[in-house]
Amino acid sequence: MPNKNMIEAINDAHRVTMAADPDVVVFGEDVGYFGGVFRATAGLQEQFGKTRCFDAPISEGGIIGAAVGMAAYGLRPVVEIQFADYIYPGYDQIVSEVARMRYRTAGEWTMPMVIRSPYGGGIFGGQTHSQSPEALFTHVAGLKVVIPSTPYDAKGLLIAAIEDPDPVLFFEPKRIYNGPFDGHHDRPVTPWARHPDSEVPDGHYTVPLGKARIVRPGNDLTVIAYGTMVHVALAAVEENGIDAEVIDLRTLVPLDIATIEESVKKTGRALVVQEATKTSGFGSELATLIQERCFYHLEAPVGRVTGWDTPYPHAYEWIYFPGPIRMKQALEKVMAD
Amino acid sequence: MSEPVSPTRRNAPRLALHVPEPSYRPGDTPDFSAVRVPAAGSAPRPDSSAPASESHPLVNHLVRVLDEDGRAVGPWDPRLSPDILRKMLSDMVTVRVFDDRMYRAQRQGKTSFYMKCTGEEAIAVAAANALDRDDMCFPTYRQQGLLVARGYPLVDMMCQIYSNAGDKLHGRQLPIMYSDKPHGFFSISGNLGTQYPQAVGWAMASAIKGDSRIAMGWIGEGATAEGDFHSALTFAAVYQAPVILAVVNNQWAISSFSGIAGAEQATFAARAVGYGVAGLRVDGNDALAVYAAVQWASERARANAGPTLIEFFTYRAEGHSTSDDPTGYRPAGEAQQWPLGDPVERLKAHLVGLGEWDDERHAALVADADKNVRAAQKQAEAMGILPGQGFDRIGSMFEDVYSDTPWHLAEQRDAALGEARIYLGRDAS
Ligand SMILES: Cc1ncc(C[n+]2csc(CCOP(=O)(O)OP(=O)(O)O)c2C)c(N)n1
Repeated sequence: MPNKNMIEAINDAHRVTMAADPDVVVFGEDVGYFGGVFRATAGLQEQFGKTRCFDAPISEGGIIGAAVGMAAYGLRPVVEIQFADYIYPGYDQIVSEVARMRYRTAGEWTMPMVIRSPYGGGIFGGQTHSQSPEALFTHVAGLKVVIPSTPYDAKGLLIAAIEDPDPVLFFEPKRIYNGPFDGHHDRPVTPWARHPDSEVPDGHYTVPLGKARIVRPGNDLTVIAYGTMVHVALAAVEENGIDAEVIDLRTLVPLDIATIEESVKKTGRALVVQEATKTSGFGSELATLIQERCFYHLEAPVGRVTGWDTPYPHAYEWIYFPGPIRMKQALEKVMAD
Repeated sequence: MSEPVSPTRRNAPRLALHVPEPSYRPGDTPDFSAVRVPAAGSAPRPDSSAPASESHPLVNHLVRVLDEDGRAVGPWDPRLSPDILRKMLSDMVTVRVFDDRMYRAQRQGKTSFYMKCTGEEAIAVAAANALDRDDMCFPTYRQQGLLVARGYPLVDMMCQIYSNAGDKLHGRQLPIMYSDKPHGFFSISGNLGTQYPQAVGWAMASAIKGDSRIAMGWIGEGATAEGDFHSALTFAAVYQAPVILAVVNNQWAISSFSGIAGAEQATFAARAVGYGVAGLRVDGNDALAVYAAVQWASERARANAGPTLIEFFTYRAEGHSTSDDPTGYRPAGEAQQWPLGDPVERLKAHLVGLGEWDDERHAALVADADKNVRAAQKQAEAMGILPGQGFDRIGSMFEDVYSDTPWHLAEQRDAALGEARIYLGRDAS
């Protein structure tokens, strides 16, 4: 099976869906001729023509608004927002239009579209290239939110998202585009090529939305993470010698509550991990759900590892990013309580 | 407190902020003599496939067909058959009667809200008649004339207004926020301006697929200040989308006059120039001019000659909505002074002048419209009015959020049904 990094896997997902369905169109800033600043759409215009993959003006509201019209027509737009930090000019179209169209029209108009966007920090992107805005979207009824953590999942989840009848926000952890990052800023990143999850089958396959993955089975603690944090959590669990079960959510909405519940009831302890700022983050939702559903099985308060409640500071990102030290402290606390 | 004038710049002239004010406020006598109204027939009509720039002199003009005596004059006369003229008149009268009935229904407490389009009926009605039946419309809340002109059942419109058992939107939308795909009427959003780039996207999709259908979007002059207006024009221009973008300049955005959206500095049609798209400024109270402009723009779009921005110059004769009292911000009787007259009266005069209409037939038309609207209202009200709604099919509230109902919504539905059981003292569905 060919090895691919995450960008190549995402590129492949586009190709597979575009080849299978002539209604799939891809557009966004710099995605056409150049193939995207991260190269996720490289070669698509060449292969499918410029009315299937094209450059858009720097107008996120226009990109999403046009995608709404296209979806209303019957196409399946897949749009790229160049960085998740720039999704806000399109926020109203996503939240007020895309998310509610099926509901407000009682199913008359649906919005099968994917909004892809690289997100997250750890790349010295400063405050405008590092945000994790997923909670702003999980809060909105009608949207699905997907975050892959491996090349295999990235391809399978993206194909599933493009084929899904509902609008999907597909956030790509750009820190791990080229290789899994374990949070150690001082260590070189191992490229995906040497990782088993980078074996990406050719052709069509899907990873179903709404199904989490148990990345590492364990008995003493459940660590729930997504995106880059899956790798940070895995490394921390190994480094601290804890028999923890690590769950990669893969989809935040709809959430695979059954997998979480089963695991926490088994281990009796839970730690939720997110890269985003702390207050009102998706981890808060997870902690509440666990409290509501597993309280009598819990042996310790649910732990939480997050970014700080500040904008993302450029020069201090190594101390902003939830890394090995914060993980270690949190693991020790949940285990000791 | 900061110093109002910087000490280092004491010699510089003091800057002053310009806050536009309308010419008249309550108590003033409105006088529209400053509104430039060019003679009907005076606007040249470029070929519909001419370069956009050939239309640009028209962005500061006013395309008018009907003159003061109701005669159709000049190159924009669409030379419509008496039958279609009568249909447009009938549609416009129906809209007006419908608006009156529904306004009253709101005042009677039968629903929460209503918005009239009095004085603007020609815009949606003539546009609908000029478009092909399968072209897609992306309207705002004052284009009920599109549905009426396309024969959408009045009962269905009313059921939506009453949120009753016949409401196909299951009571989820504010009254008048219709949606009907078969009639080419896109779902209305309460968020102003959002439909504009959507119309462009639909038109782009039609072009991508090599279809022949076009899209038309509407926006109020107030909402042209939204970013969506500008992104729509950028996209329309960049991709030469087969779209018609209408600005309904009815002078008022709730209590803010058009100057607050930039009307003092340039016409809304003039915004076409900067984007390099065709632009027309049209007498919105002249059904023939509206028809001719939409026909011109649709020929253009169908020939891949690009989008058109049309400003329909009109006046909002009534309050913004049932929640608005316009006497608080503008002189009473302003609508009667409006120099472009009443669209229904003008079209009627035209037909009478042609010998194709008379007062008797007009009275019969109005009576007939009244009868139809009342009959529809009776039928709709038999299915319920807003008070008393929301107790049947409570579970439906949780449908259509996603294609399938996920676990968390299923749990919340069960909880809501449990609450309803206590509230109603019986099982709810
Ligand atoms: C984004 C947004 N902001 C504010 C409002 C509240 N609002 C509803 S209608 C309106 C005025 C609109 O004026 P205009 O666009 O000129 O249209 P008109 O009502 O005159 O037809 C306002 C401010 C809204 N619905 N959406």
